[in-house]
Amino acid sequence: MKLLTLNFLTCAIKTCKTQPASFPLHPRDAELEIVETDMNLPFLKNILPRLMWDELRTITSELGLPDLPPTPPTRSNLVEGGEKDAVAEEEEQEEVVEEPTQTAKDLHRILLETCIKEGKLVCGACGHEYKVMEGVANFLLPGHLV
Amino acid sequence: MSRPEDILPPDLFYNDTESRKYTTSSRIQKIQSTMTHRALSLLSLSTPSLILDIGCGSGLSGEILSRPESEGTPGGPHIWFGSDISSSMLGIALEKEVDGDLFLADAGQGVPFRPGTFDAAISISAIQWLCNAESSEESPAGRLSRFFGGLYSSLRRGGRAVCQFYPKNEDQKKMVSQAAIKAGFGAGLLEDDPGTKNAKTYLVLTVGGGELDG
Ligand SMILES: [Zn+2]
Repeated sequence: MKLLTLNFLTCAIKTCKTQPASFPLHPRDAELEIVETDMNLPFLKNILPRLMWDELRTITSELGLPDLPPTPPTRSNLVEGGEKDAVAEEEEQEEVVEEPTQTAKDLHRILLETCIKEGKLVCGACGHEYKVMEGVANFLLPGHLV
Repeated sequence: MSRPEDILPPDLFYNDTESRKYTTSSRIQKIQSTMTHRALSLLSLSTPSLILDIGCGSGLSGEILSRPESEGTPGGPHIWFGSDISSSMLGIALEKEVDGDLFLADAGQGVPFRPGTFDAAISISAIQWLCNAESSEESPAGRLSRFFGGLYSSLRRGGRAVCQFYPKNEDQKKMVSQAAIKAGFGAGLLEDDPGTKNAKTYLVLTVGGGELDG
């Protein structure tokens, strides 16, 4: 399971959904793996404003990964030459394929290539543990918790 | 032919043998692929998006979502998460090393993602299973309501979902679309090849109002 996914998953238990602590779920006993995948710059630009950056930092720190910067990058930080003025950018957009910056490559590595292979995800509100096996999280709930 | 959802719940029906049969049948693969492309055309995505695939099975639709625009996937390659209640089906998806993240989950229990997560959602030949109550503590109405309620909140404003499903009859078709509308969706039913044995029903859902012109 990609760390991207963990930035969107919440506890599935109905009574928990309204509790702020039901997001993010906290990895425990996690075994990580890197699964390389093609850079998808338009996707990164699309998803960036939807990321919860502080929660992403919490998770990377809980996993013992290098610290992320305190503030999220902007879209223009992701594209090589992205700081150029808007007019120039518009003229170029016709033909030029956008190149990812190092910031974009780092974000791609963290969100899309860093995966939880085995372990558990624990809800900060109710303590329920969701098992992750072979990268697949088990979100089936016993009937009384639905 | 009896309908599988009338015999057993999907986690029991799609055991290892059935899952493999379903996944390797070239006829089913072709139908699934056609329906996925149809659903994608109804989603009108123009850029790589985050998509939820409900009832992703062995990832037949997901493989299409992961393809670039040049290979016929509008707006692709998309990033997708897939959920299914059958661990045998997910096992085959794992063997195929599909790109999407997989979840073992029952759509009738809800959708565990924070509000505004997805650009779009897709579901191929799955949601008729929600109309089965598998135990006395559950009702089809309750399962449909949890599913559509969770789906509605997990989509971003302006997002869309397309669910192809096999309604048993007109009543079931109505029950499903009413449940979606009750959850807040703008809903339209679209039928391809109506009246034939190849009839396909698509429930097209929009978030944030707006009528469908399909
Ligand atoms: Zn919880």
